[in-house]
Amino acid sequence: MTLHDLYLLSPELSLASLGMVVIILDMVLRRKGVLAAVSVVGLLAPLAFSISLWGDLSGEPDGQMVGIFNTLVVDKFSLFFKFLVMGIVALVVMSSVEYVSRLRQFQGEYYGLMLFSASGMMLLAATTDLISTYVALELTTLPLVALAAFLRDSRSTEAGIKFLLLSAMSSAVLLYGMTLTYGFTGTTQLVEIFERLGASLDATVPFGSHALFLGVIMIVAGFGFKIAAVPFQMWVPDVYEGAPTPITAYLSVASKAAGFAIILRVFYIGFGEISLDWAALFAVLSAVSMTVGNLVAIAQKNIKRMLAYSTIAHAGFLMVGVASIAARVPVGETTLGPSGVLFYLVAYAVTNLAAFFAIIAISNRTGSDMISSFAGMGRRAPFLAIILAFAIVSLLGIPPTAGFMGKLYMFSAAMKSDLAWLVVVGVVNSAISAYYYLKVIRVMYMVDPEGEEKIHVAYAPQAALYITALGILALGIFPGPLMTVAEKAVAVLFR
Amino acid sequence: MNLENFLIFSGIIFSIGLYGALSKKNVITVLMSIELMFNGVNIALIAFSRYVVPQRIAADPVAAEAEVARALAEGTALGETVLSTLLTGQVFAIFIITIAAAEVALGLGIVIAMYRNRETVDVTQANLMRG
Repeated sequence: MTLHDLYLLSPELSLASLGMVVIILDMVLRRKGVLAAVSVVGLLAPLAFSISLWGDLSGEPDGQMVGIFNTLVVDKFSLFFKFLVMGIVALVVMSSVEYVSRLRQFQGEYYGLMLFSASGMMLLAATTDLISTYVALELTTLPLVALAAFLRDSRSTEAGIKFLLLSAMSSAVLLYGMTLTYGFTGTTQLVEIFERLGASLDATVPFGSHALFLGVIMIVAGFGFKIAAVPFQMWVPDVYEGAPTPITAYLSVASKAAGFAIILRVFYIGFGEISLDWAALFAVLSAVSMTVGNLVAIAQKNIKRMLAYSTIAHAGFLMVGVASIAARVPVGETTLGPSGVLFYLVAYAVTNLAAFFAIIAISNRTGSDMISSFAGMGRRAPFLAIILAFAIVSLLGIPPTAGFMGKLYMFSAAMKSDLAWLVVVGVVNSAISAYYYLKVIRVMYMVDPEGEEKIHVAYAPQAALYITALGILALGIFPGPLMTVAEKAVAVLFR
Repeated sequence: MNLENFLIFSGIIFSIGLYGALSKKNVITVLMSIELMFNGVNIALIAFSRYVVPQRIAADPVAAEAEVARALAEGTALGETVLSTLLTGQVFAIFIITIAAAEVALGLGIVIAMYRNRETVDVTQANLMRG
């Protein structure tokens, strides 16, 4: 450990320290409203460190800085996810203010756990060793489990225990896969795994070896749990419904982004030699996730549950990009699949957060998560209803929204990788999803309200709503700049 | 003893744990079964660490030995030497044990909260949300 190692780790360290500061302030201060402000303003420290690291990268010949016994890498890919996670945390904290002010105790722990989990996500995007990957994964998950069970009522503890048991089981499976990979290659370093696989593969067996076949499938199962892909999605609807709504929003975007970050890094760098085999696996999972998620969402009456199934379907759309691998793509367009994933993750983050923030504001007043309770919101809360409708249009993928551009990049990457069948499945699924997404808009504008009382929103959540709605519009009209950054970020995956 | 024996043993332990985690009703038993799965992984890791890595080093034992000796003499960080690759599997196992302990602590906390709410720790009773 040198000072330079600490500097490489400084965004994560400062974020985790911020979490501890918030918890300590909670014990000292009487006015709890300060806690949210400290959490958001404190994010400037990891932000400053990340910007400084980004600046230092230009001086490095191979565009990366490796530290802490080769387990941590700072490159544009990991910094991209650091910025994304910090943005998500800031927005979710802003939208939680009203929700948290009604908690009788542990307000500091609420923000603190959220920040700890965020530091795990930032670490996850930056790990280059299977051991540190596992540690970062659990650092991400365990605070989220505690947050899911935070309300300590029947539903919340049920969500927590389901999340914990299934995530522990999936990490055990993931670990067995990592162990087989370690046994096969004799190393846990992704770059070395890549180098040693090249020499020792048998072309007649799928995945080049039976041990690796089992190992890769178990790793896909473990990561598939994190990103909520079918058939590892059993926990999603129950946890989303039972957890506090801001945590559901956080879980649906941040945890998914971190999951895709580590999938891209492990598979593109570590298992690059057998990319055709795992790409086929991801293509199948993608088709199944889209279809199952959308079909089951149709029957849902609770809006959080509906968005849970919608998040499963979007994991399917994102996996289209993972499956669009370089080996089949003409040179010069090799980065289209992964950079599309990065763009889609940002687009999905602003879209889903906008939808959830509007839902939080509305259900704070009505006290219900049922779709029927959104009746007449077009009149009772015109501002919230228009933003929720706009977010739903973006989830559906209609221009001029971020969701449309995301799907466009994804499908064009798939077309160039000879995955036309997957594009057909995706387009059919977009059509299916219109049914249940538009149902919410219909209820808000065409059904008479239950009461006439207007719904007002506090300043902080209102600001979060404006930012996310602007994000949807901006990415839908000017996708170019973000796409350029995403392409630069994924360049490290192709070497 | 062969590597195969350890791997079969670890596979059996892992499978017993997986079966228990999927079939038992009591949350505490499920947590114990998951612990068994982690221990199955640990056995495989330590067996690999003992059998697989030395073979790799056996390809050029002189160079490996020289490197270890140099590292010990100069006090170089272990991260850059053969010695650290020898220990990778065992280090991994220690991390798993530590994190599994944290996981169980959190699990038991939630189990207590769950018991206070509904006076049972039966997972089949955890069915408030459906659909």
